[in-house]
Amino acid sequence: MEDKKKISIVCFSGDFDKAIAIFTIASGAAAVGYEVNLFFTFWGFNIIKKKKGRSFIGKGILARVFNFLMGGFKNLPLSRLNFGGISPKLMTYMMKKRNVATLNELIQASIDLGVNFYACEMSMIILGTKLTDFIPQIKEVLGVAKFLEIARGGEIIFIS
Amino acid sequence: MKTLLDITKEHCPMTFVKTKLALSKLNKGDILEVLLTKGEPLENVPKSASEQGYKVLSVEHVEGDVYKVIIEK
Repeated sequence: MEDKKKISIVCFSGDFDKAIAIFTIASGAAAVGYEVNLFFTFWGFNIIKKKKGRSFIGKGILARVFNFLMGGFKNLPLSRLNFGGISPKLMTYMMKKRNVATLNELIQASIDLGVNFYACEMSMIILGTKLTDFIPQIKEVLGVAKFLEIARGGEIIFIS
Repeated sequence: MKTLLDITKEHCPMTFVKTKLALSKLNKGDILEVLLTKGEPLENVPKSASEQGYKVLSVEHVEGDVYKVIIEK
C-alpha cells in the first residue's frame, strides 16, 4: 500500500525569509496532492496574528508587552541582514520584480489549496493569546500529542 | 469547456500552484490548456497533474522555450 502523501511543518520561526520557506513548501506540496499541516508555535505566531502591526494582545501585562515587542506580520524580520526592517521590504520588491511569488501570494495560495493551519496550545498559554487573536484560518489549537497524531505517517519538518 | 492558463512568466512553486488552482475550478471533463516553459514547469506540471488523476492529453511545442500542455479534468 502506498503511503498517504503528507507533510507537517512546525513553524517555530517568525522570520520573514523562513516564512517564505514555510509557505513555498506548503503551497507547492498542496499543489501536488499532499495533505499539508502547519503547526504555528511561539515566534511563528507573528505570522498568524490577526493584527498585522505591533499590538498589545494577550492576557496580563507581561504578555501584552511581550506580544508588542514580538511584533506582527508587518514587522517579520529577515533572519540575517535585516537592517532595521528595510530588508524584508527590499526582498518583496526584488521578488515582485523577478516575478517570484511574494509571501502574501504564497500564503493566499496555501489557503486556497486547503492547507491546514494549527496553533500550539502551550505557546498560547505562555503568551496569553486566544484563538480569536489569530487569523480565521487557524482550525484548531493543538498540544503535542494531537499534533503527532495528525502528523503520523507523513514527514515532519521543523523550521526554526 | 476550454480554459487557457499562461504560466510562462511564473516560477516555482507558482507554476504548479496556479495549474492546480485552475484545475480545481473546472468541472470534470473540462479542458485546461497550460502554456509553460521547458525545464522545471515542463517536467513537473504534466507529471503532478497525471499523478493526481487528471488526464494529460498532449504536450506540444509552441515556439522557442514555450510548450502547451493539454489536461482534461
